[in-house]
Amino acid sequence: MTIKKVVTISTLLCFVFLLSNFTEDNPYFKIGERDVTFQLPKGFPVPNYTFKNNKPTPAGFTLGRMLFYDPILSKDSTTSCASCHQRIAAFAHIDHPLSHGINGLIGKRNVPALQNLAWGQSFMWDGGVNNLEVQPLSPMTNPIEMNSDLGEVLKKLKHSDYYRTAFKEAYGDTLISSERMLKAITQFTGMMVSSNSRYDKFMRHEDTLSQFEFNGLIVFREKCAKCHREPLFTDESFKSSGLMPDTLLNDPGRELITGRYKDENTYKVPSLRNVAMTYPYMHDGRFRSLEQVLDHYAAGKFYTLNISPELLEARNLSDVEKKEIIAFLKTLTDKEFLYDRRFADPTYR
Amino acid sequence: MRQKLNIVQKTIMIFCIATASVVAMSFSPVGERRNIKLHIWNNVGGKEIIYDNATYKNSTGQDYTITNLKYYISNITLTDTSGKVFTNKDSYYLIRQDDPATMDIELADIPMGNYKSISFLIGVDSLHNCSGAQSGALDPVNAMFWTWNTGYIFFKLEGKSPVSTSPGGIFEYHIGGYKAPANCIRKVTLDLNGDTDQPNMVNVPTGKLPDGKQLKISSINLSADIAKIMDGKTVIDIAKLSSVTDFRNAPAIADNYQHMFSLSNLNYDY
Repeated sequence: MTIKKVVTISTLLCFVFLLSNFTEDNPYFKIGERDVTFQLPKGFPVPNYTFKNNKPTPAGFTLGRMLFYDPILSKDSTTSCASCHQRIAAFAHIDHPLSHGINGLIGKRNVPALQNLAWGQSFMWDGGVNNLEVQPLSPMTNPIEMNSDLGEVLKKLKHSDYYRTAFKEAYGDTLISSERMLKAITQFTGMMVSSNSRYDKFMRHEDTLSQFEFNGLIVFREKCAKCHREPLFTDESFKSSGLMPDTLLNDPGRELITGRYKDENTYKVPSLRNVAMTYPYMHDGRFRSLEQVLDHYAAGKFYTLNISPELLEARNLSDVEKKEIIAFLKTLTDKEFLYDRRFADPTYR
Repeated sequence: MRQKLNIVQKTIMIFCIATASVVAMSFSPVGERRNIKLHIWNNVGGKEIIYDNATYKNSTGQDYTITNLKYYISNITLTDTSGKVFTNKDSYYLIRQDDPATMDIELADIPMGNYKSISFLIGVDSLHNCSGAQSGALDPVNAMFWTWNTGYIFFKLEGKSPVSTSPGGIFEYHIGGYKAPANCIRKVTLDLNGDTDQPNMVNVPTGKLPDGKQLKISSINLSADIAKIMDGKTVIDIAKLSSVTDFRNAPAIADNYQHMFSLSNLNYDY
């Protein structure tokens, strides 16, 4: 091969490459094979959701990402998953104590952050959802969230040129079914892994903590970590935090799911990863700051009968200990996750 | 070293294989498999179900009409006299009163045997309540899936009654739940020898015709009597209980629907 030929071919290739970038439908970011490889972070347990019957592919993930950000899933096409699950807040809803749904309706609970969902054993504050794949159905069909009918959603997707192509790319043919839709969303949400906070790097000997932050870790382990268990910072159990129940919300918590009186006012122990980014706090978002949360636990004034014994250990935290714990909690902010381009809005240019 | 077969060897081989196949085919009723149709007839005490316009009466004299009837049956098995069980693989069926095609279930590839009973679940086994996004009968688009407390609604019976206190005079029984204490999966076992309608039938399927040919079951016809849901171990008072849409009261209704099936008759061919 002559040098001339090589030059011509490589110039052509460059040109094709550039052109392909320009003609790409969503030029913001293209998902590749590496982006959809699920990596088990060092020190993490084996995940509950293993993608066994739902192997992530770039096209599947891209479809799931589009669905996550598309209001088409709501009845009047106004509200998307991302309307409440904001990327900047680890997919919680910043500054909104209760979730906001369709037609300006206000929900009953605080939007939970989305991260490390592959390790979840159940979902929602009350644990009513038993598998990550069927989780999207809950907000989609809830009358005060997206108020959709699954059949109607599928009809809308089938009428969309974009989705006919996207489903074909992801699954090989244009069949648009609930199973495919849900599995694509799960490829996207299941891939949300937060494991690169300063805490994680400290545990891997890649970063340092200040003395103050380290003191916080020690107090945290002593008084909080039984329920907020490392490294996921939740043990997936349901506990009552002792808050005065809000009679206007009339929310029985987990009792709604189990029908057992002992589960009244209990809620899933939330992960504390990225907790500095997800204010306000608690199941009903009643606390604006971490200080208020710790003041509640430290004061030890509990209003429900079925508080867990672990809760009593957090009583009598000193002011310094509270500050140390908060300093430590801030080391759980994972900027690599928060700024991960894979999870960005694909429609945003 | 590989040697090529010559034409004579090839011919002999083909002949041998062909002969063996013919012999095997003619001597192998043991290996024979067939399909059996399972037909379900939904009725109320022997009366046809007609949405909206037919009025039925429960044992306490309360009138009601039916507007919607759907339910799952799954995990169908046949047991022969020696205790051997044939399992119909991946068998999840949504019976819908508004779709007659759903009332005929094809049980495929059943080995020959003297089957004495059929069993199935009303509902969906716990594993498939937790298996994520599924298709076919288990597609949540069938509106038989609870999204707030995930799992399948096994049984939906809706209608109207003048005694109902719900808005619009409706009653709705949505029964599901795969976990204790509100597990509503119910196993039904029906005896296939109980059928006496059929002439020439000594036993199933060993009955022989005069010319010595063997009778074989071609379809199993079941009756699903919806009246049993209203009047079983628990007698449902529509005036007091017009809505069951979660675990409360559901097991009592499940105990009733467990006994709604009976064998109508068997059809045979030979």
